[in-house]
Amino acid sequence: MKSGRFLTLFVWVYLLFLYLPVILLPLFAFNTGKIIAFPLKGFGFQWFYELAKIEALHTAVWTSLKIAIITSVLATILGMFASRAATRFSFPGKGPIMGLIMVPLVLPEIIVAVSLIVVLIKVMGLGLSIWTIILGHVLICVPFSIAILNGAFRSLDKSLEEASVDLGETKWTTFRLITLPLVMPGIISSLLISFVISLDEFIIAFFLTGSEPTLSVYIWGMLRFPGRIPAVMALGTIMLIVSLLLLTASEYFRRRGLRRSGVQDVGGFI
Amino acid sequence: MKPIIDLINVDKSYGDLRALKGVSAQIMEGEFFSLLGPSGCGKTTLLRTIAGFEDLTDGVVLIDGKDMDGVPPNQRPANMVFQSYAIFPHLNVGENVAFGLRRKKMSILEKKEKVKEALKMVGLVGYENRSSHTLSGGQRQRVALARALILRPRVLLLDEPLSALDKKLREQMQTELRRLQRQVGITFILVTHDQEEALIMSDRIAVMFDGEIAQLDSPQELYSRPKTKEVANFIGIMNFLPAIASDAKDGLIKVKIPGLGDALIGEDQAPSGSIGTQIGIRPEMLTILLSDDQKAEKEVVGTVVEVNYYGDMSYYSIALDGVTEPLSVSMRNTAGRKVLEPNDKTRVGWGAESLILLD
Amino acid sequence: MKKILKTEGANGLLLVSPTFIYAFLLLAVPIAAVVTFSFWTQNYLDLDTTFTLDNYRAAAQEPIYRVLLFRSLKISAIVTLATVILAFPIAYYISFFVPANRKALWIFLITVPFWTSYLLRIFLWKVILGYNGVLNSGLKGLGLIDEPLTFILYNMNAVVITLAHAWAPFAILPIYVVLEKIDRSLLEASYDLGESRLITFMRVTLPLALPGILAAAVIVFIPTIGDYVTPKLVGGPSGLMISNMIQLQFLKANNAPLGATLAILAMLAVVVTLALLWIFGKLLTWFNRNYFGILR
Repeated sequence: MKSGRFLTLFVWVYLLFLYLPVILLPLFAFNTGKIIAFPLKGFGFQWFYELAKIEALHTAVWTSLKIAIITSVLATILGMFASRAATRFSFPGKGPIMGLIMVPLVLPEIIVAVSLIVVLIKVMGLGLSIWTIILGHVLICVPFSIAILNGAFRSLDKSLEEASVDLGETKWTTFRLITLPLVMPGIISSLLISFVISLDEFIIAFFLTGSEPTLSVYIWGMLRFPGRIPAVMALGTIMLIVSLLLLTASEYFRRRGLRRSGVQDVGGFI
Repeated sequence: MKPIIDLINVDKSYGDLRALKGVSAQIMEGEFFSLLGPSGCGKTTLLRTIAGFEDLTDGVVLIDGKDMDGVPPNQRPANMVFQSYAIFPHLNVGENVAFGLRRKKMSILEKKEKVKEALKMVGLVGYENRSSHTLSGGQRQRVALARALILRPRVLLLDEPLSALDKKLREQMQTELRRLQRQVGITFILVTHDQEEALIMSDRIAVMFDGEIAQLDSPQELYSRPKTKEVANFIGIMNFLPAIASDAKDGLIKVKIPGLGDALIGEDQAPSGSIGTQIGIRPEMLTILLSDDQKAEKEVVGTVVEVNYYGDMSYYSIALDGVTEPLSVSMRNTAGRKVLEPNDKTRVGWGAESLILLD
Repeated sequence: MKKILKTEGANGLLLVSPTFIYAFLLLAVPIAAVVTFSFWTQNYLDLDTTFTLDNYRAAAQEPIYRVLLFRSLKISAIVTLATVILAFPIAYYISFFVPANRKALWIFLITVPFWTSYLLRIFLWKVILGYNGVLNSGLKGLGLIDEPLTFILYNMNAVVITLAHAWAPFAILPIYVVLEKIDRSLLEASYDLGESRLITFMRVTLPLALPGILAAAVIVFIPTIGDYVTPKLVGGPSGLMISNMIQLQFLKANNAPLGATLAILAMLAVVVTLALLWIFGKLLTWFNRNYFGILR
């Protein structure tokens, strides 16, 4: 298998390319030097200590967390409505309706940002606040939520719900007793993915941020000050670890969901 | 016996497709009733209209004399065993069986006792705490049965409950279901496409084609007196030959069958009620006369075209002089009986009482 | 019958309505507003709401807008091509060479680098490609170069490299998904019918993977055209793209109508490109059927 060996070589080179920035991130975070360049000076936690001292950063983290939590809850609820409707019902105009809801997936984020700024600020004259960011973030998270929940709702055997109704439960108690527990892993997965997307999102936040910058907007500002950059690296390292933990959790729940409904795991979302 | 379910002109359409075309039938209390037909004939739709999962387009469904129009499935005295069994994957066996008891006013102890009883009935003693995905196909089906029967419904609806099981297990479950039905005395309505299964288990069978009941009779009647060619063909195998029949005289009909000869048959052998243009005869009603001293009421000579050996049985295809289609003949391979080879000449015997006159 | 259709349709509509209304109010209406804005003009602090094509005229006449738009298209096209071509072997490797129980791990491995902050990832490319950057100091250390390479930062090349990295998993995943769906017995059937591995790849694997490849192209192309951060951080003056101008018009120059016009033009460019891609896909399928299918 000569072609196989070439392919393997290519794969490893490609992986190096993919991981290059991620490897550098902790390298510079733990480097005691002030300049982001080789050779490295020494190992230390000083930039992490410095992070703890920047108060504006703490505010930004808190703002981003608020936005991400509210966004993930709203996006998941809206995602559940649409996903349930799409997987269980046929209704007039289904294609265009679902199409419109999923459009943010294939729309440059700057378009979403611009159109929101036009309507919310220029037309409606609203002030910028964390809510304007949340409105934008929910819009871009809903399609991801639907993509995840569609899998959960689709793998749910319709006769399970019918059996519950047949055995005396109402539509609502069936939803509570059967549907909800069985799609719960998908819901958790959707919450986590939306949370991570919102936390990392920059363009919409950049356009719609008011007096309270989000974490990504704050980092953008810090990038202009060379002295702050090592601290930013430390921050990025922490965020990477948190993201990975959340994603691992999300994947764990998704698989548990599949196992529960007795479906063989195939690939998956991530 | 009084009817537990009364179907009056039940009609169901999906857009332009008419799935049920004015079906009327009475299902009696305590009987094992089967809806038999090929896929797409409307049998499952009919079952689901009884359960309440499908709204009627027209007609009436009475259960125990009460009109079911607008009554949701959770308020009907009928419970269902689903084709996929629909065992709740997040609940264990005991919780599955007890599911319908949640809304019943009784103590936990009583409920536990009931679950135990129900599991005992289906032969799963002590399975309460088993997780539902450790169950085999047969066990899942038993849990589904226990879960439905624990509510003591007036009617139990079974949607192709055995189709997912392998042949051995299916045969075992057939007798077991029959035994269970006798034991609990509840009306069972079984949907199946397997004619053998319907014949073995049912008191009465409704054979459905294309949204209509073609014939509703006991298994024996259906097999020996099918009313249409379609029914005759669906249940078992039947040879058809063109025939010329005269009008009945003194309860007897005279038929001329080219290639086979003439025969005098009883009026009851024309179950469709009219004088038909062809006769049907089942393969096992034709006998191969192997030795010269074997005699039959009537006999003809033919040539073996094909032999299919099944072990206990042999199925022959035999061409008769003056008949275009070869006839199918089955013989039990009893001790010492020889199996014929293609091109062998043989005598085939038959009797007038095994003929059916059809349109 | 009517009754059923009505209730099922009504149920579905009712259920989907909260999400639909949200998307309608915050997506359809705003985009319509952007379109309307593009026909208005900014008069210092006031908005002149008389219908005019002035903004479009300006966009067509001022070379800067044209240059930025075409540069954005060009960069996106190169990035898409590079990303998809590099992604295909990876997806192929994971689908065909990695054992089934390890595939999920590999997919995870591919996505891990992308859960760092987007901004930091791009910033780190600046660090890698810079004059005293990781790459240059590395190459110098190895004695491969004497002077630092300068063609890799603050220009289009840097933007292309960075974006090709940023969108890698979005190209790998759709291709991987279609490759996974290919029934392996089809490939065995092709070998069995006497075709070589290469021809099997051309006649069976590639045509079946085409939808995934096109999806990958679309998924990479659309967001890159609107990317703001990468050109700003690593592009330098010669690497700026249309989004930077849109941002400038909205947030700095306070000329929302012109910004809206540029946004509309960017969207139109996306739509036209998508249409071309769709036609290309159709042609490719047709070509494949006619020259690799029946005739061969």
